[in-house]
Amino acid sequence: MHKIACHECDLVHDIPPMPARSAACCVRCGSVLFRAKKNSIDRTLAWTFAGLVLYIVAVTYPFLGMKSGPINQQTSLLSGVEQLFNQGIYSLATLVLLTCVLLPLIELLILLFVFIPLKFNLRNKLSIPAFRLLGQIEPWSMMEIYMLGILVSIVKLAKMATIVPGLAVIAFGLLIFVLAFALSAVDHHMVWERLERES
Amino acid sequence: MKERYISAKSMGLVSCHECHLLSRWPEISGSKIVYCPRCGSELHQRKPNSLTRTWALLLAAMIFYVPANLLPMTVTAAVGTVQADTIMSGVIYFLHHGSWEIGIVIFIASIFVPFMKFMILIYLLLSVQFKSIKQPKNRIRLYQLTEAVGRWSMLDVYVVTILIALVKLGVLAEITAGPAVIHFALVVVLTMLAAMSFDPRLIWDVVEEENHE
Repeated sequence: MHKIACHECDLVHDIPPMPARSAACCVRCGSVLFRAKKNSIDRTLAWTFAGLVLYIVAVTYPFLGMKSGPINQQTSLLSGVEQLFNQGIYSLATLVLLTCVLLPLIELLILLFVFIPLKFNLRNKLSIPAFRLLGQIEPWSMMEIYMLGILVSIVKLAKMATIVPGLAVIAFGLLIFVLAFALSAVDHHMVWERLERES
Repeated sequence: MKERYISAKSMGLVSCHECHLLSRWPEISGSKIVYCPRCGSELHQRKPNSLTRTWALLLAAMIFYVPANLLPMTVTAAVGTVQADTIMSGVIYFLHHGSWEIGIVIFIASIFVPFMKFMILIYLLLSVQFKSIKQPKNRIRLYQLTEAVGRWSMLDVYVVTILIALVKLGVLAEITAGPAVIHFALVVVLTMLAAMSFDPRLIWDVVEEENHE
């Protein structure tokens, strides 16, 4: 048994040991208190490694191409950010760079940094601040919205030119799901308990 | 029945915002900062100055919402003509050119969602300030909704980013980002921060107080 307070209404609950793949909900407001996961560490690591491979493809390979008569133009994931910089809108360029390129990478790296030591029962003093940072980053990582933006842009330019999606777009689209699976495989309660015991 | 519900705060406990550890809240902390014994984050029984901060961020977002909608998002220069597009003119363009689904997506993400967020946050803030005890559970749902959908308003900012990357050579046309983009991005960031600084537990504090009287 351990005690936990609901994050939405502060009601204190006694939580019995939970079977894997179950969730505890607040009796007053119905919000999820926490979920118990199965094979959390292995699954998180597997999805994270897959995510890193896709990430490398997404930033290096051609992203979108535009064909219109003799003109054929290639862009990469970073072209948009680069253009914003060239147009002098630095704050916006930084925002897009962070939310769609850097933060997803940082999320993947933090998952590796925290879960590899957990897997091999090693001690890592920086795991605690790193795992805390992960929780703070999550709402600002917005790849899925960027993907929707790509679809809107393709429709918008359809009359003007043909848009050819590159390998990187496919990798980027898959990465959205893989990163979401990696994050949802994380058993926060288990991680914090283990980090507490080891420190 | 309802009196049996006791919050961590009234039990003299505090729940860590980052790692969910429940620990004892030291009585005489004064202005001292208390840290979570497990993860080291600052502990607060309730988010500090929650109502004031949320109001400030919300009002700032509402101010930026005006230029975000009135100024052009993109400026398109094609052979001899220059065209400035606002969010609304983009939506209308899609509605008239067959892809009404896309028009609706942009309308919802860029105009409707931020506006709903303003309305919901104002309602939640006022309901706490006027000590409303009506439907606390539904108000929590509204709060969770604003937290979940707020980020999708970034859509139009990304569309502009992608368009200017694709149409940059200036052979067919040249698209540059208009002054509304930065205001719009600010609206999204500020409303996200406003939702984060609102403490949903305040809704239940009022309900508990009412039950004790």
